[in-house]
Amino acid sequence: MSSQPLLEFRALTFERDDWPLFSDLCGALKAGEILQITGANGCGKTTLLHILATIQAPTAGSLHWQGRDISRCRQEYLTAMAFVGHQSGLKLSLTPRENLHWLSQLQPLSRVSSGAALARIGLAGFEDVPCYTLSAGQLRRAALAILCMSEAKLWLLDEPLTALDVEGIADLEALLLGHVAEGGGVVLSSHQPLAIPALRTLALDAMTEVAY
Amino acid sequence: MTSLGGAFFAVIQRDLSIAMRHRGDLLNPLFFFLIVVTLVPLGISPEPTRLAAMAPGMIWISALLATLLALDNLFQADFADGSLVQLMLSPEPLWLLVLAKIIAHWLVTGLPVVLFSPLLGMILSLPGAGFLPLLLGLALGTAVFSLLGAVGAALTVALHKGSVLLSLLVMPLYVPVLIFGTSAVQRAVDGMNYGGVMAILAAVAAFSLLLAPFAAAGALKVGING
Repeated sequence: MSSQPLLEFRALTFERDDWPLFSDLCGALKAGEILQITGANGCGKTTLLHILATIQAPTAGSLHWQGRDISRCRQEYLTAMAFVGHQSGLKLSLTPRENLHWLSQLQPLSRVSSGAALARIGLAGFEDVPCYTLSAGQLRRAALAILCMSEAKLWLLDEPLTALDVEGIADLEALLLGHVAEGGGVVLSSHQPLAIPALRTLALDAMTEVAY
Repeated sequence: MTSLGGAFFAVIQRDLSIAMRHRGDLLNPLFFFLIVVTLVPLGISPEPTRLAAMAPGMIWISALLATLLALDNLFQADFADGSLVQLMLSPEPLWLLVLAKIIAHWLVTGLPVVLFSPLLGMILSLPGAGFLPLLLGLALGTAVFSLLGAVGAALTVALHKGSVLLSLLVMPLYVPVLIFGTSAVQRAVDGMNYGGVMAILAAVAAFSLLLAPFAAAGALKVGING
């Protein structure tokens, strides 16, 4: 059980307009691990996360969830995975609570109530104001509040630190560490160094440099 | 694990409450519909016989254009803020969630047009026999417009400025509905039986209801990938 990786990707290649963004990317994420994808702007971090989240299909290569090809168990994978993209996924005209309620109906999120999740991420008192009145950092916190509610084993986070203040980053780090301590896994993309011990990194631009 | 119906109704409820908070967007197609039809007597002729002859076509054409006006926004806004991705990553079947979005879209764009059409029939001196087929036909027709339009909106979701392409894509699919819709009203006004024409419209609506959610869900996957 412990040797079986949660998520494994084999020989992932992605071409945009016949131009390879990355090629022959291999890697695995075991339970209890955090993998940080680093790399220059435009090197394919978001694309890689979209491929891992099965939003986009790779040009070549395959994804495996707990040893099985994801095309065979996509439904099961989607219930076990939470994705927070660079775009928040929040409707600005709705309140954080309404947004979270909607998302909790789509995903198997039920561990804590939306109010408790928002309080934990530092948005207590902002549950019922429209999202367009929130600052960029507060919006990011509201988007990340989904993770407090999530029962997903795997978190895929695209630039989760964007617009967060020092306290927000510390909150998120605590959240990530709590998740992996419970046997979850995290793949995130970020430029900033994270204060997390045993963080594994995947440098995307180094991969492409090797390829050429 | 949430229930299947939970996600379906959550999507409808969310889209309706978003629409209620953007009342301008909500009223825009309806105002367009009302303005075009009320301008006809002023711009062409206030003579009742001439208006009555044009009424079925005029009301149907403006209803078609009014729903086309709102079609662009069906998936575009959700795509821009990332909530479409969350919708697609839901373990629930995507076609069901797409159907929920289409129903919400019809409730805020198609239904007001249907409800206001008798008033516009009166403005254009539509003879009394034409009102029932106008209401029935528009109820079926606007549903088809929303259903088939969703396929086009899904295909063009990731394109910037895709609205021109969207109009070109869905217009040929709208034309048969327009033809049968106006002819049902015309036949009723001329004292003929319109049951057959209405049955064809109903068949088109049933066919669209059966296939459009699947086609739109497939088109979304293609649209996002491209």
